Amino acid sequence: MSAPWAMLAELTHACPLRCPYCSNPVELAARSSELSTGEWQRILAESAALGVVHAHLSGGEPLLRPDLAPIVAAAEGEGVYTQLVTSGVGLTERRLGELAEAGLRSVQLSVQSATGAESDRIAGVASFARKERAAAVVAASGLPFGLNVVLHRENLDAVGEIIELGLSWGVARIELANTQFYGWGLLNRTALLPTREQLARAEATVKNYREKTDVELIWVIPDYFDGVPKPCMGGWGAISITVAPDGRVLPCPAAYDLPLELPNARDHSIGWIWEHSPAFNAYRGTGWMREPCASCPRKELDFGGCRCQAYALTGDAGRTDPACGLSPDHHLLDELAGGGTWTFRRPAPSASGADRSAP
Amino acid sequence: MTWRPALSRAAMLRHDPVRQTDLLIVPERIVVLNEEAAAIVGLCDGERTVADIVAELPEGAEADVVEFLDRVRAEGWLR
Repeated sequence: MSAPWAMLAELTHACPLRCPYCSNPVELAARSSELSTGEWQRILAESAALGVVHAHLSGGEPLLRPDLAPIVAAAEGEGVYTQLVTSGVGLTERRLGELAEAGLRSVQLSVQSATGAESDRIAGVASFARKERAAAVVAASGLPFGLNVVLHRENLDAVGEIIELGLSWGVARIELANTQFYGWGLLNRTALLPTREQLARAEATVKNYREKTDVELIWVIPDYFDGVPKPCMGGWGAISITVAPDGRVLPCPAAYDLPLELPNARDHSIGWIWEHSPAFNAYRGTGWMREPCASCPRKELDFGGCRCQAYALTGDAGRTDPACGLSPDHHLLDELAGGGTWTFRRPAPSASGADRSAP
Repeated sequence: MTWRPALSRAAMLRHDPVRQTDLLIVPERIVVLNEEAAAIVGLCDGERTVADIVAELPEGAEADVVEFLDRVRAEGWLR
């Protein structure tokens, strides 16, 4: 069994933004259930000992954790490279300075579209002006600075303007991530689903910009459309672990809804969870596969696609991902049509201590 | 000005005792270095020039070392 390289640390599910594509589970972890500073320190130490060298500090909005700096320091102390994944709301010069002092290595800022009006409309709250200020703070800090945009029906046509925005903010990398349909994103799939024409236009625009700029443009493909499933997490329980705000440990950030008993870092060591927990062994390797995966020459390349997507679309996480053209369920995707209204995610889980700074 | 290679702020060089190898870690990537690559990157301290680095490595490696350093700089991991 190989060791995990990376951790996605969902420090809180609370967030000032309400983006309808959010991949957090619809059942958000309550703030009162969140891990303590000491628990995160222990989890980071155990993960580092197991082989984790990279941690994405995410959420929700990780800046809502007042103990973010000690958490960063704990990771740095274990030799784990940290990247802050943030909406930018609350990222002042002082806060970023404190995090950099603690050892923060890089920042990924999200934006929802190219203009204030559109970005705020998609985020569900006025936040663009604060993102602009955060961008200036990150650029001035000299920390490696990436921009992340989740793409869907309502902003794909603005992809050129979004790239221009990133260039004007001085980012080194722009991740153009087509929506993955999990959590709130699955709930809002119909309203978010783009057309093939939109995707083709956007992809052509990205290709053009690649010739014009040295800024790295990462295009995360929408796997509903190309008949080839994405290699789920580089293999189930192969590369990465996700730790939820309440200590649940998942092989994939979309696995909240799978019919698995998720292990909790409050009850078990990360080492035991990785090696022995039933959840991490459920779809590890290729032994669990049925046809058409079991005899497929691509099975070591895409691992049968995404378990969470198979479950969301067919009710059986052990089936071939319907995104695969060889799946007997592939017609489920062809029958989907986009359009309609969306449901904004809740601003914060209902529990004491939730941040109320959002308008 | 003579280039004195140093790791960029984006990059972290560390030994990985679990996998018994050296790693270069950047925001979205982990690069596994072989022994030769790790030795070269380890000499990029912002003090040594390329010539100094070459002088500390086995003879006959100059062309490969120079090409490697340029490639790593193009990735943005050295400055």
